[in-house]
Amino acid sequence: MIAADLNFDYTLFIPEFLLGGLVVLLVALDLYVPQVKKSWLSYVAAAGLLAVAGVSLAWIGTESDFAGIVSVDDYTTFFRVFFMAMAAVICLLSGKLIEEKFSHPGEYFALLVLSTIGAIGMAASRELMTAYLSLELLSFSLYILVSYQKFDAKSNEAGLKYLLLGAFASAMFLYGMSLIYGIAGSTYYSEIASGLQNPAGDFQWAMLMGLVLIVTGLGFKVAAVPFHMWTPDAYEGAFVPVTAYLATTSKAAGFALLLRLFSGSFQVVHDDWSWMIAGIAAATMILGNLVALQQHNIKRLMAYSSIGQVGYMLMGIAGLSHDTASALLFHMTGYMVSNMAVFVVIIAWFNLTGKDEIGDFRGMRERAPLLAAVLAGALFSLAGLPLFAGFPTKFILFQAVVDEGYLWLATIAVVTSVISLYYYLQIMRQAFVEKPAEGEEERLPVPLLMNGMAAAMMIGVLYVGLYPQQLFDAVDKATKALAL
Amino acid sequence: MHSGYWVLATVAIPLIAAALLLFVPETPRGKDIVRWSSALIGAVLFGLSMYIFFAYEVDKGEGYQFFIRYNWLENVGFLGENGISLAFGVDGIAAPMILLNGIVCFGGALISWKIEHHNKDFFILFWVLVSGVFGTFAALDLFFFFFWYEVAVLPMYLLIAVWGSSSAFETFARTKEYSAMKLTIMLVAASILIFIGIFAVFHEAGLGTFDLQVLYAPENRLDPDTQKWIFPLFAIGCGVLAGLWPFHTWSPDGHVAAPTAVSMLHAGVLMKLGAFGIIRLGIQLLPEGAEFWMPGLMILASFNIVYGAFSAMAQRDFKYMIGYSSVSHMGLVLMGLATMSVIGVNGAVLQMFAHGVMTATMFAMVGSIYDQTHTRDMRLYSGIVNRTPLFVFFFGVAGLASLGLPGLAGFIAEFHIFLGAFQTYPWAAALGIFAAGMTAVYILRMMAMSMFGPQDTHFPDLKEMTYLERATGVLMLSFMLFLGLWPAPFIDRIRETVQNLPGVS
Repeated sequence: MIAADLNFDYTLFIPEFLLGGLVVLLVALDLYVPQVKKSWLSYVAAAGLLAVAGVSLAWIGTESDFAGIVSVDDYTTFFRVFFMAMAAVICLLSGKLIEEKFSHPGEYFALLVLSTIGAIGMAASRELMTAYLSLELLSFSLYILVSYQKFDAKSNEAGLKYLLLGAFASAMFLYGMSLIYGIAGSTYYSEIASGLQNPAGDFQWAMLMGLVLIVTGLGFKVAAVPFHMWTPDAYEGAFVPVTAYLATTSKAAGFALLLRLFSGSFQVVHDDWSWMIAGIAAATMILGNLVALQQHNIKRLMAYSSIGQVGYMLMGIAGLSHDTASALLFHMTGYMVSNMAVFVVIIAWFNLTGKDEIGDFRGMRERAPLLAAVLAGALFSLAGLPLFAGFPTKFILFQAVVDEGYLWLATIAVVTSVISLYYYLQIMRQAFVEKPAEGEEERLPVPLLMNGMAAAMMIGVLYVGLYPQQLFDAVDKATKALAL
Repeated sequence: MHSGYWVLATVAIPLIAAALLLFVPETPRGKDIVRWSSALIGAVLFGLSMYIFFAYEVDKGEGYQFFIRYNWLENVGFLGENGISLAFGVDGIAAPMILLNGIVCFGGALISWKIEHHNKDFFILFWVLVSGVFGTFAALDLFFFFFWYEVAVLPMYLLIAVWGSSSAFETFARTKEYSAMKLTIMLVAASILIFIGIFAVFHEAGLGTFDLQVLYAPENRLDPDTQKWIFPLFAIGCGVLAGLWPFHTWSPDGHVAAPTAVSMLHAGVLMKLGAFGIIRLGIQLLPEGAEFWMPGLMILASFNIVYGAFSAMAQRDFKYMIGYSSVSHMGLVLMGLATMSVIGVNGAVLQMFAHGVMTATMFAMVGSIYDQTHTRDMRLYSGIVNRTPLFVFFFGVAGLASLGLPGLAGFIAEFHIFLGAFQTYPWAAALGIFAAGMTAVYILRMMAMSMFGPQDTHFPDLKEMTYLERATGVLMLSFMLFLGLWPAPFIDRIRETVQNLPGVS
């Protein structure tokens, strides 16, 4: 590429610059303005994130890129808004816990915002090195966040496992990148595509090796079987809001990168890798949902259930086309909102009772009726039952996958989602059928913020479930930018 | 006014009611508000369904009346024009089914008046269930058919596990949680097949729309070989909900454990959704597939009829007996469908209505004495006719209807089915008539054992039914007599539509 032809328009990065400013502001507020109440920081962070999300809407319909390495198009805009909204929710959810447990909450919120920049970069990059750097920005923030409870052995264990395995996966990803670079002669997605289409020699095995390594590295990121081992431990050891963050933004960012990379570079050699992803998707759905049946801890259960959900989404990558890509984003959004609704309930319950075993949910109907209602709706949504988001999104995703010729994958998906209903119903049984333990019958004073968040998430779940046209239009536009 | 609003109202009113009930405070006063408003909603839905049934115009030819359509999701992804639309319409088969649901949900709301434990939650789930059933009967979009079908399954777990009752005999125990989970998982597992069938139909048709009327059009019909492999998916998927042998085992357990109103609705109406699905998705969508597979369905249906009847004879629990007799009677419905003859399918739809009303009556009546004695073991009862004559009257009439006494609902339906079966599969008709005789054995023996005979000593305080229960009984009874004595309004509506079903001759 010739430098003179390139577009160096820095205004494209205004939302990221603003987020960077927010990071500095949060740390500075915490350090230099001691009279600011600690709980306010979460509101500052959330308000800042939402404001920047609003600003980034100005780029709707833009088709522009920065020197060919970063695109700002509808796809990027979609993920900007998505990641910032998710981070804002996490900030609000962590306010109380952070205030109680840590002396310097500013760092925590700053890391959350920083990781959001990384996640956005993963969605926006059109060049391998930039994608890798964004991935590492997200990962490094997450390594710290997972092990944030310095004096808690489980949190340390979780952080260490995540760091070691994460570093290993990053190395694989890098090695895969270098092989692909060796064949295609470029790190730009579009040039990789043309390089792979007309290779200079017979590099079939090198390319396969490169693809395997890249899938491994990214498979770790999204927690696909067999690279999922870190997930339950990291989820269990981390601070609950961080667990929620791992289950939503970190995963969604992995898929954002996968979609952009595979549609941009590897679609030309679709037959060489689709079997790989299809196999991983099948294994992920089956293993995640079966192992979830065994769990007693709600965070571990959510970890395995999220592994199962990753399997559904990977089907969309296996049969990659415009229809599956838009269906994948559609399902992902619905899933993330439902998942967040479950986590709001888990966090609110944990704040009030200090417990996170499934058996400890007993009597939630009596003690916190609104939370129980939201839990039921969100779990039905995760299981894919109607009125809630999960039904239309799963239906559309599975149908799109069938249209690409993967009826067998969709069959596994439907079967495993029935299995998932079993363990979701077990949680509901605790919340609704079992009576509260002796001496714990009184109503819990659920804070207004938590009730409000739970209700807001439920409204989101119902909105997607009952009137999905707007969301589907949005994701359809976003995926048009991928030029599939 | 657009006539489609009437049908839309039957789906929307219960859903909106469920949403509004969420905001009723949990106080004694709130409980009364829930009761009164639910009885009112039940009455309104009953009125609406009566209106839809009688305002349905016979002799208007093919097509759906009360038609209404809203675009829901279109021109996006793989969906084309009218991709998924919220479309409702009524034909001569759906009209009596909607009436049936109106009757049973009104009766169920009255019977549930005495529920004390979180009656708000109960009625929220109950109205969601009712809405799903109305929606399925009227849906004219493949996606929404399945949508409402699943809405009807969704509240079942909590309804049974929270308000249900466990069974324990000497060596036999079923907790309500077990039964609730069994019912839910079996029904949802069955819908896997429907799910896959829908994917296959949409993919093979390649029209970018789930609109059933478009898919029904003869020029859009799938090629026969494709139909042949998709049909079993729908037939078994829907068949499980209809109690098809050997996938019926959820039904007795689930119906026994469920609270009275839910048993009524589930055995009375929900099982019909399965048979209705076989008509809508099987016969109408895949006529060649249906023709190919119907002999197989006939064999399974015969097992249903005989096996269900034998099992019912062995039961000592009122609700288990009714549950197995439902399996047997739903077998008659499936047998009627499997004849693929006008008269047989006609009889199947009549039987769906008749069985719905009489089973709901029986469950309602058993509920009224179970609430007092907390046992359903029929060996413990004896001569209760002296204490509760009305109970015995309503139960007895429903029992006689189910054994096919002329003048009551069951006779006219079974008569049609047997006529249809004799034309096509005489051996099956013989089996069916044999099983109808067995119905007489277990119903009459149960009545002799527990209702007549020497005055019992176990339950000296057994009281007559409450006025609400009597009202429910009268409501049900009047429709049993209606269909039994003047079936013309039903037969006119059903026959006109059945004649136009593809493949039915």
